[in-house]
Amino acid sequence: MAVLTYREALNEALREEMERDPDVFLMGEEVAQYDGAYKVSKGLLQRFGSERVVDSPISELGFTGLGVGAAMAGLRPVIEFMTFNFAFLAIDQVINSAAKMYYMSEGQFPMPIVFRGPTGAALQLSAQHSQACETYYSHAPGCKVVTPGTPADAKGLLKAAIRDNDPVAFMEGELLYNLKGEVPDDDDFVIPLGVADLKHEGDDVSIITHGKMIHVALQAAQKLEKDGIHADVLDLRTIRPLDMDAILATVRKTNRAVYLEEGWPYAGTGAQIVSMIQEEAFDDLDAPVLRVTQADIPMPYAKNLEILAKPSANHVVEAVNKVLYR
Amino acid sequence: MAETKTKARRNPKKPDPLVQFGISEELALNLMRDMLVYRRFEEKAEEAYAIGKIGGFCHLHIGQEGAAAGSIKPLRDDDYVMSAYREHTQALAKGVTPNAVMAELFGRATGSSGGKGGSMHIFDAKTRFMGGHGIVGGQVPLATGIGWKIKYRGEDSVVIVYMGDAAVNQGGFHEALNMAAIWQLPVIYVVENNAYGMGTAFSRVSTTDMVDKSRAHGIPGHSVNGQDVLETYAFFRDLAAEVRGGAGPQFVDLRTYRFRGHSMSDPVSGTYRSVEEVERAKEQLDPIAMLRDTLMDAGAIDQAALEEMDQDARQIAQDATDFADASPLPGPEALYANVWAEINKHGRLFFDGRGAEGGTP
Repeated sequence: MAVLTYREALNEALREEMERDPDVFLMGEEVAQYDGAYKVSKGLLQRFGSERVVDSPISELGFTGLGVGAAMAGLRPVIEFMTFNFAFLAIDQVINSAAKMYYMSEGQFPMPIVFRGPTGAALQLSAQHSQACETYYSHAPGCKVVTPGTPADAKGLLKAAIRDNDPVAFMEGELLYNLKGEVPDDDDFVIPLGVADLKHEGDDVSIITHGKMIHVALQAAQKLEKDGIHADVLDLRTIRPLDMDAILATVRKTNRAVYLEEGWPYAGTGAQIVSMIQEEAFDDLDAPVLRVTQADIPMPYAKNLEILAKPSANHVVEAVNKVLYR
Repeated sequence: MAETKTKARRNPKKPDPLVQFGISEELALNLMRDMLVYRRFEEKAEEAYAIGKIGGFCHLHIGQEGAAAGSIKPLRDDDYVMSAYREHTQALAKGVTPNAVMAELFGRATGSSGGKGGSMHIFDAKTRFMGGHGIVGGQVPLATGIGWKIKYRGEDSVVIVYMGDAAVNQGGFHEALNMAAIWQLPVIYVVENNAYGMGTAFSRVSTTDMVDKSRAHGIPGHSVNGQDVLETYAFFRDLAAEVRGGAGPQFVDLRTYRFRGHSMSDPVSGTYRSVEEVERAKEQLDPIAMLRDTLMDAGAIDQAALEEMDQDARQIAQDATDFADASPLPGPEALYANVWAEINKHGRLFFDGRGAEGGTP
């Protein structure tokens, strides 16, 4: 085990997979000479050259489509979005081309492509640079969605995403890049898509979440411990495929659940999960499943308003108290 | 086709386009055969649509056969062709069988996309016909990626990507051309310029000429008469060789005209173009009639041989229609098949309750 930052873990995953398979290349804005806007691709240009680590013009639609076409023809592109906020310009190519290609060609064109970059809010970047974008991608059949919350998960899941033969939206946390954690050294450390991880154990309530919100959930779990309440914190890690077995297991254990996500509530990931819990584990529930989300507003700039808009550990504690009828 | 009273004879006063374009009689006769198949195929599709055998949107290529044959026939098997949604005959030209294309239009299991794509999504990996794309201009960046792959692997094939004239006003078109120029990709961008984006004349949505659209990106622009299949063939034969030799991306304004409406649900003429305009084009710009005249002037074919050739084309179209009609519909098991190339061992992939655990339908 080595202690790496989330950024270094992603970098290792990219490097190992590019060494393993010459068809893997990285393209995006500032990924080569600048070493990446968030330095995820640091050193890769020197190691692999400008054929495989490619600075693109600021043309999200264009270079995303280029990646999809390259994948049709047999390469395995990794397309970096400086942030998923900018990927709205490219979502036509992700949904209409990448996610549907395999189906509408009746299996003639697999789409082994990864779209990666940070999602969610950072600090005071305001409305257009602070949004969690997972549900736009998980909505479409044909697109897998991965949201690692720790350095180890970042490495293991990125390697799995690059090896997968379907398009994967790999959504990182902008505020996680400096987070340190233990990461296995093994070149074949791959975390399969579709396996959730129980990051904290307890019998009283299930806090289910994904992406960087696991850290908020863990904070909430610590606070709850002081009140003698023991929470399961289930990190989904991937949204599609979804580890429903793990969700049902924790709900059946605690009989109470809260879904925490960084995105908006309306038609959010939590809405889907809550719907599935009530369909498949209604009799196991002792309380309605509640959701904690970002406020249903564009992100404001002012520091105090931004804090109010973001889901916090206190919001989670309040929701837990409600489902415990405390 | 109009009757002609001219007996096969050489007219010594006219210059011979076969000589001018360096095209053998045999090749010219093949191009005639191809265009007749495309015309009769599309007419059959039109009939089938009218009686409800084909559904959805259906965009015919009638009038534009010269553009398809002239630009695709010079290509090698390992070259790629990608297009938008007026692509039936381009698929035929690249080697997809008439049976597979017609069956796709009929939504049958034997279709080129198993009945899941329909008229707008003809795909055939084997012949490198890369679709069949339904969003105006959406295929232009994709083809640029195929060019990227060719360069990445050090291959010497080329890509031709077709788009309608309206596509050049999409942002993705310019993003793609810019990248192709930066990286000198072997992509030939072809606008099948039939002068109308659906019902909007190009002149109403652009203040610059089509041939100039690539100039800002440093990509050479060419203008070709797509109704003249010999001129088109000769041009693309030479251009493909240049691109194969490293000339970098090219842009072609392939001027053509459609004799039918934008799609089967649209009128041939009316609010946006006059009946007279269409009739004049049919008289003067029919690529099949133009080649017929050339071949007859050259003494390469007579009326009887032409009629026999046309009869064969009608038979191919009829056989394709019969094949499609007799083919099975995709079974219900096809509904959930091929959504995912990789069913992961863990987790659920489908969310409507119909897909089973683990994502297997």
